[in-house]
Amino acid sequence: MKYSEKVMERFKNTKNMGRIENADGIGKVGNAKCGDVMWIYIKVENNIITECKFETFGCVAAIATSSLATDLVMGKTPEEALEITNKRIVEMLDGLPPEKLHCSVLAEDGIKRAIEDYHRRKQGLSPLPEKEEDEHEHAHDHDEEK
Amino acid sequence: MDKVYYLDNNATTKTDPEVVSAMMPYFSENYFNPSGVYSAAQEARKDVENARSAAAKFLNADPKEIIFTSGGTESDNMAIKGTAYANTDKGKHIITTKIEHHAIINTCKYLEKHGWEVTYLGVDKFGIVDIEELKRSIRKDTVLISVMYANNEIGTIQPIEEIGKIARENSVYFHTDAVQAAGKVLLDVKKLNVDMMSISGHKFHGPKGVGIFYLKKGVRIHSLTQGGHHEFNRRAGTENVPGIIGLAKACEIASAHLTDSADMARIKAMRDRLEKGIIERIPEVIVNGHPEKRMDNTSNVSIKYIEGEGMLIHMDFEGICASSGSACTSGSLDPSHVLLAIGLDHGTAHGSIRFSLSKYTTDEDVNKVLEVLPPAVVKLRSMSPFWKEKNK
Repeated sequence: MKYSEKVMERFKNTKNMGRIENADGIGKVGNAKCGDVMWIYIKVENNIITECKFETFGCVAAIATSSLATDLVMGKTPEEALEITNKRIVEMLDGLPPEKLHCSVLAEDGIKRAIEDYHRRKQGLSPLPEKEEDEHEHAHDHDEEK
Repeated sequence: MDKVYYLDNNATTKTDPEVVSAMMPYFSENYFNPSGVYSAAQEARKDVENARSAAAKFLNADPKEIIFTSGGTESDNMAIKGTAYANTDKGKHIITTKIEHHAIINTCKYLEKHGWEVTYLGVDKFGIVDIEELKRSIRKDTVLISVMYANNEIGTIQPIEEIGKIARENSVYFHTDAVQAAGKVLLDVKKLNVDMMSISGHKFHGPKGVGIFYLKKGVRIHSLTQGGHHEFNRRAGTENVPGIIGLAKACEIASAHLTDSADMARIKAMRDRLEKGIIERIPEVIVNGHPEKRMDNTSNVSIKYIEGEGMLIHMDFEGICASSGSACTSGSLDPSHVLLAIGLDHGTAHGSIRFSLSKYTTDEDVNKVLEVLPPAVVKLRSMSPFWKEKNK
């Protein structure tokens, strides 16, 4: 498995990590069982996402994709932010190893869920609960040394 | 290559330069096929047989009980499938454990698809096999018990002698995968009551691609490959002469190392200093494996609330080589089956890292980890939602 230089750079100098207190929208996605949990926080002013941060329990790919996704979201309207796809995230990182593609899906899901949560709160509804990612159907084989 | 701080000796070890020197003449000078009739070939035959004697001495076995293979995986396959195929008249039941290497587990799973039944014994929180469960699991149709000597991930050492005794009393063949144990503990097949044992050269400063399958005289197995009459008709294929010579040399060096208590104590002291240093510098750390019945070179720690791969990559930036039980380093999404078997939850298992030392490990290697790992953990925890929740 090999990560691109862009992934490594993102991981090494991680931007936008942390929590936004009093966020306007929070998207909690992932599953600790599978090793990736991502929480995306957004702050929205005059229909523009002015701040976006993440907290991630996960691998290098999960951390790099969360960081990039939060960068992409900032300055956009919630509607524009919904157009960010995992494909775009992967392209901007010069690709991910195949078994890591689900991390980029998680980042896209996290943004969508944060925006959905923002709309709910605006309408006075209760915040969205954490979304547990479905159990994956990946090969559960370990590559061991022998 | 930039300087590396190598702490992944359970994955593979540096080949001892003495081993390399011993092997060199067998590539371009003494390259003859030991099966030839001319004298040059007969010299090669003699050298291979001397190597067999050295390997036998290493295990306290008879040279005729030593079969050279391509390594641990092949030896494990020979033990499991070879015994299974040869003893169907007795039955089709095998007993092994939940913490075996995949060379055993996946071979057993393969047999399960073809009509065999396999019992996977559980382990306690230290990784020790449940002896009472083993006794209860033996049936009339049980043909083989296979329990690893020492676990590659957490280092726990099993009561092999006792298990061997139980197997003998019940007339069931007993195999142990001693791939991780070789070179770290003295091995004596007679004392251990084993019928079969797997050994791999590259785990104890020998070459890659060569291993030993110890097969006690009289044990019934089938060959996995059909071909020439090599290795007492057990393993067809022209001998890997340079590999076999190198492996024998590694056995000799390891025997000297194992009986040098100062040498052994030095490795253990470094491992203990590393482990203590991690616990002192990082809160919320769990040490995995048995406190005493554990290989002196292995330290497996779970650093809670973060995932292992990030730690490995941060260490890799500084040249440190270690490994993890996290899913993300393996191409799968499940963390290590060993860590789950000892009862860790998925999150904690994902955050485990393994350091494994050797005779080549230095204090500098240990210091480097203690310098690099703590700040990496602080950074990763600062972005972990679980760490924040915990400290709310």
